[in-house]
Amino acid sequence: MAIFLNENSKIIVQGMTGAEGTKHTRRMLAAGSNVVGGVNPRKAGTKVDFDGTSLPVFASVADAMAETGADTTVVFVPPKFAKDAVVEAVDAEIPLAVVITEGIPVHDSVGFWAHAQAKNNTTRIIGPNCPGVISPGKSNAGIIPADITGSGKIGLVSKSGTLTYQLMYELRDIGFSSCVGIGGDPVIGTTHIDCLEAFQADDETEAIVMIGEIGGDAEERAAEYIKANVTKPVVGYIAGFTAPPGKTMGHAGAIISGSAGTADAKAEALGAAGVRVGKTPSETARLMRDVVKGL
Amino acid sequence: MDLYEYQGRALFARHGVPVLDGGVATTVDEAVGLAERLNGRVVVKAQVKVGGRGKAGGVKLADDVEQAREHAGNILGMDIKGHKVGKVMITITADIDSEYYLSFLLDRANRTFLCIASTEGGMDIEQVAEETPDKVLKLPISALTGVDATVAEQIVDRAGFPADLKDQLIDMVVKLWKAFVAEDATLVEVNPLVRTPEGRALALDAKVTLDENAAFRHPDHAELEDSASIDPLEQRAKKADLNYVKLDGEVGIIGNGAGLVMSTLDVVAYAGEKHGNVKPANFLDIGGGASAAVMAAGLEVVLSDPAVKSVFVNVFGGITACDEVANGIVGALNMLSERGETVDKPLVVRLDGNNAELGRSILDEAAHPLVTRVDTMDGAADRAAELAAKGA
Repeated sequence: MAIFLNENSKIIVQGMTGAEGTKHTRRMLAAGSNVVGGVNPRKAGTKVDFDGTSLPVFASVADAMAETGADTTVVFVPPKFAKDAVVEAVDAEIPLAVVITEGIPVHDSVGFWAHAQAKNNTTRIIGPNCPGVISPGKSNAGIIPADITGSGKIGLVSKSGTLTYQLMYELRDIGFSSCVGIGGDPVIGTTHIDCLEAFQADDETEAIVMIGEIGGDAEERAAEYIKANVTKPVVGYIAGFTAPPGKTMGHAGAIISGSAGTADAKAEALGAAGVRVGKTPSETARLMRDVVKGL
Repeated sequence: MDLYEYQGRALFARHGVPVLDGGVATTVDEAVGLAERLNGRVVVKAQVKVGGRGKAGGVKLADDVEQAREHAGNILGMDIKGHKVGKVMITITADIDSEYYLSFLLDRANRTFLCIASTEGGMDIEQVAEETPDKVLKLPISALTGVDATVAEQIVDRAGFPADLKDQLIDMVVKLWKAFVAEDATLVEVNPLVRTPEGRALALDAKVTLDENAAFRHPDHAELEDSASIDPLEQRAKKADLNYVKLDGEVGIIGNGAGLVMSTLDVVAYAGEKHGNVKPANFLDIGGGASAAVMAAGLEVVLSDPAVKSVFVNVFGGITACDEVANGIVGALNMLSERGETVDKPLVVRLDGNNAELGRSILDEAAHPLVTRVDTMDGAADRAAELAAKGA
């Protein structure tokens, strides 16, 4: 199985004709993803060639879905226009929208999230400010490098892109069912809990790595969820133990406000929920190795 | 970005939220000028982005211009919890009957906006919420429908605000919401919101946080940034478009990706426990690209920090190939030497991921005397901490 994305997923790219969109469409195709087209109203009707694969450009997400049967969109649209792009995807009722764009104003993210909720969450939003989702060997929607590792029994959910890559690399001999980068913004669509729920229900996933960082209380709530609902072993890692309060550490959401959102509180909550928490990424990988040995 | 009170007050005034007449001064003379214009009886308030300034003696009432001069002289230059006072706000005084609380903010846990209102103003609202939760109204606000007069009336009624101020408060709530949306704020807080004996509702304090991601919609927000209070290294990094935060340790950190860099800080701090308690000197995320030019810009900032004794470059090649990163490091060191910069601090480099072998062999061939290659993150952190401890 895998979660959210599999070999049958048909992917379109909003912003395919931009620099980032073009670069990563090429990479997704090279990874074997079934990318079926792009969206750009100003270039509708044209085609773009990616090393021999010619992809059509559509005027809207709805058009692209009608013509290709696409069920997944990857959004590379710049911050200024990102809200409209996501709202359009939600209105077209595409099942999965992966929003890669970094730097979207939080009023816009709250806006498109409210819009998606008003539409009964027909569209699952992943991101924004995320590397996307990969189900190794099956499909890749976003910018996660496809050649780090192959398919296997570990599921991974993370706020951070590079830490996702790091853990995938350290555990490359075991392999992953799916890796979901949920993004480092204060307001995101798919949460740690959504991924934990999906991994718990996924046959292929036997153990879960959860990576968090300072800011907000998503990890604390995930810990509660794990305690009550997750029977598969979970190994955790939290970044930012040494981050000072009041400073944004790279990700817009990575900020300790007063005494809230510290790494210590998150690690403690996870530990209390029975999650083995590594002090460093490498130690986290070692803990996962022990877990896998015991499966 | 957190604003100073005087900036928040100006923002409120611009959106029609009633505030007291006044202005801001950076010198005693300016303060006196304001006090004269305001007919002498004024409040002199230290402008610092930290709570507890009243207790620290940073808020004083002046009966006349001479007293205003004296207070401004005392408060300007004062140190409040490590913040040096560079500006004072001068406003007319208001007699206070009652103090209330009103704010709009981003509720990140519930992915929506929130209105908080209370009849218990002038205190820390979190404390009020803890001690007397029934006196604090928390109302989620939909981004789709926002706050109109009807919602504002609900807020005023449910918060238990006095009936005779109702019309004024409905107007203030709507205007405060408009300011929140129009300025892309993540917090607009009025604490206290006061009622004067004459029955006027006024915002006596203004706390505002703006979303930096929305800067492209607000070219005017750039001038709200207080460049004087920003660390000079942070300012320099910002000019070079680098994501840099100054910390107070000895090991300079450069890495790619916010999560990996945060993690690097932690790993270095743990390693430092074995090496004279050295700590990370900064956060610097050079992002996905990591070209020679970006690496040079990053190294330049990190190396110019006198506290830095060693540098740890921690890169996981995801999208970026490690050979490009290695070339970037070698190129950057050469670039800096050619420019005549002194490069004399040891660098520990860890490259992993995409084309790691190739990247490592490039570093080996270059054999730069300052560069040590260590292939694991934990090992490299240990080496960088050890070198920093030696150099300290």
